Amino acid sequence: MAEVKPRIKLDKKQAKKGDLVEVKALVAHVMETGLRKDPSGNTIPRKILNKFTCTVNGKQVFSADFEPAISANPYIQFKFRAEESGPVVLTWIDDDGSKIVGEDSITVT
Amino acid sequence: MPLTLNRRRILTIGAAALSAAAWGGATSPARAAKNDSEELIKKFTGGKAATEGRVRLDLPEIAENGNTVPMTVSVESPMTEQSYVSEVLVVADGNPRGGIATFHFSPASGLAEVNTRIRLAATQQVIAVAKMNDGSFFTASRPVKVTIGGCGG
Repeated sequence: MAEVKPRIKLDKKQAKKGDLVEVKALVAHVMETGLRKDPSGNTIPRKILNKFTCTVNGKQVFSADFEPAISANPYIQFKFRAEESGPVVLTWIDDDGSKIVGEDSITVT
Repeated sequence: MPLTLNRRRILTIGAAALSAAAWGGATSPARAAKNDSEELIKKFTGGKAATEGRVRLDLPEIAENGNTVPMTVSVESPMTEQSYVSEVLVVADGNPRGGIATFHFSPASGLAEVNTRIRLAATQQVIAVAKMNDGSFFTASRPVKVTIGGCGG
C-alpha cells in the first residue's frame, strides 16, 4: 500500500487573511479493526491509520487520533483559519509506521 | 386567586410539561456501559464533570449501514488565543471498543468543526466530550439506530 494517493480538496485556493478554509480529504485504506476473523477462524491483525495531522506552512492547525471505529477509506473534513501562504500538508500514520502524505497549497492575500 | 383553566392555559401547561420531559431526557441519557467508553471519558476529563451543551453532534437518527455513518462534531467557541477548544473525544457505548477518535484543535483551526465517517456495531449512544483551554468540559450525546452493524459482526 505504498502508492496510496490521498484525494485532497480545499474549498478555495486563495483566501483573505482570517478567512476560514475548508479541507476535505479522502484516503484509500482498509482500516482493519483487528476484531474480524477470516473464514478459517484466525483473527485478522489490526491495521489502521491511527494518526492524522494537517500543517499549513509548517504550523499544525488540526490533528486527530483515530481508533478502529473510523470507517474504511477514512474521510475527514475540517477547517482552518488562513494566516499565511504556504503548503498545506496532510499526513496519515499507519500502525506499521508508514506514512501517507498529501499536499496542496493556499495563497493568502 | 381562583384557578381558571381555559383552553390557552391548558395548552401552555402541556407545552411546558413536554419541554421539561424532553430536557430531562437529554440531560440524563441512560448510559449503560457496555464497553470501556466510560473509562475513556473519565481518563479524558480527569474525573471532572462535563456540562451538557456547546457541543453539537450531528448523526443520522437511523443508520442503515453501520460500516460508514457520517458524523459531524462542532463546538461553540470563539477559537481565539484566550478561549478555544483544545480537544474533542468521541466515544460510542455499544461498540466492541469505546473509542472512536480524538480531535485536536488550536486557535489556528478557526472553527472547531470536523466531519468524518465512523463504524457503529449496533444501536447505541454516541458521546462527544470537548475540552476547553481553560480546563472546562462540555458534552453532548446522540442515540443512533443501526440497521446493519459495522465492525464485521
